[in-house]
Amino acid sequence: MQYLLMIYNDEERARAIPKDDMNKMLPAFTAYTEALKKAGILLGGNRLQFSNNATTVRIQDGKTKVLNGPYAEAKEQLGGYYLIDVPDMDSALSWAARCPGANYGTVEVRPIWQMQ
Amino acid sequence: MTAGTEGGLSHAAAEAVARRSYGKLVAYLAQRTRDVAAAEDALSDAFAAALADWPASGIPRQPEAWLLAVARRKAVDAARRRHTSEAAVAEIRLMAEEIESNRASAPEIPDERLALMFACAHPALDASIRAPLILQTILGFDAATIASAFLVAPSTMGQRLVRAKQKIALAGIPFRLPEHADLPDRLGAVLEAIYATFTEGWSDPAGTEARRRNLAEEGIWLGRLVASLMPGEPEALGLLALMLYADARRAARRDAQGDYVPLAEQDSAQWDADLIAEAEALLRAAGARQTLGRYQLEAAIQSAHVVRRLTGRADWEAIEMLYGALAALTGSPVVAINRAVAIAETRGPAAGLAALDTLNDNPQLTAYQPYWAARAGLLARTGALQEADRAYELAIGLESDPAVRRFLQGARERLSA
Repeated sequence: MQYLLMIYNDEERARAIPKDDMNKMLPAFTAYTEALKKAGILLGGNRLQFSNNATTVRIQDGKTKVLNGPYAEAKEQLGGYYLIDVPDMDSALSWAARCPGANYGTVEVRPIWQMQ
Repeated sequence: MTAGTEGGLSHAAAEAVARRSYGKLVAYLAQRTRDVAAAEDALSDAFAAALADWPASGIPRQPEAWLLAVARRKAVDAARRRHTSEAAVAEIRLMAEEIESNRASAPEIPDERLALMFACAHPALDASIRAPLILQTILGFDAATIASAFLVAPSTMGQRLVRAKQKIALAGIPFRLPEHADLPDRLGAVLEAIYATFTEGWSDPAGTEARRRNLAEEGIWLGRLVASLMPGEPEALGLLALMLYADARRAARRDAQGDYVPLAEQDSAQWDADLIAEAEALLRAAGARQTLGRYQLEAAIQSAHVVRRLTGRADWEAIEMLYGALAALTGSPVVAINRAVAIAETRGPAAGLAALDTLNDNPQLTAYQPYWAARAGLLARTGALQEADRAYELAIGLESDPAVRRFLQGARERLSA
């Protein structure tokens, strides 16, 4: 089954992390990504720019509305994701727990809607 | 075959046996598809057929094979109605052959109930739905019965059960035993759901509501199931022991007038010696594994209480020590109240009150009857009668069981006597 691991974190806190500390965190993500690749379960994944760079689009009454900012103005925002293919929820949860993002934010595990 | 009432087996006895078989079949069918709802649908007709047939013709020698055969036949019928194409004919022939071969060999259906229970108590599911889900899938209770036991509207309970089963299927919650590292936590969730079943039944101590009383029995049955399937897990044994100690005292909890009798005043001759012996053996087996946990501690406390039937006095020193360990493990203020009561027995009521005073700033406890009842009892023993009177009044106002309320009112009246 496919699962999307969504990494949420507090952007204010993330911005405040000194460059040296950030440089120490990045290799952890690289190692995690490598491990996912080695296990043959990684379908995709990316880090996202901060949510002030987000733009939302919706069509109301036939008019396209474009708004600055993320969909929800929450303190914790989606900062990155991995798309993985594993046998079941337990396996997805154990990979989510290994994600470095789980140490400073929250990793949401969502099953992908299977098309018949 | 079980002895029947006039006109064959009682409906209740047939239902009990059908329930025992039901869970094994749901587990067996659902493990392949992860679709609990579909497995239940396939079996619901068979379950109904069993309740119609067994009271008259007796329980079959292999109830599970009987239910599975009926379920499969119904599935074949349904497929016949659905399809007319060539492909369907082949499908039906396959299913029919399977039924025949099953009848010939009657192979043992593998017991996957533990895997089903771990799926039902998975951390991805809301904690409050786990016990209802186990009751429905393992024992075949309908949503309305479960709803009334858990004091929830039937439609709400039905909806929550449907959603939980959907999540099991769509989120890919596995039907298997968790990895070794996860086992203690995950087993804890299973045991918690079973204990919730038991305590829901226990909250009707007089046993006037048949549904609730049965729920305590079902909790014990589930506890026996898990203990037999995981005999090496001390907490599984500890939970079963705990429930058996409580069940052993069932008859002694009410006097002839139906009034509440507190543990300390119960007639120990009325306790069930066989159940206590079984509980003690389980507790010893659990202790041999040298991994302490919540249920073993609670069972050990029960053991220290029932020792009174031999020595004439509960082992309050052990009880105080065990509640101390339990408080350290769980951080529960309810446990701390019980510890204070034990301290009152070992070091006097003033020491017990001092221990209770340390809990004063917990807002949860101001609406908790046992806190005020314990406080009232200890205040009375230190001679602070006015304060005791006020504490009893609060305890009475917070109690929902009329028998316990009468008991507290009696204690309050004796203050001024």
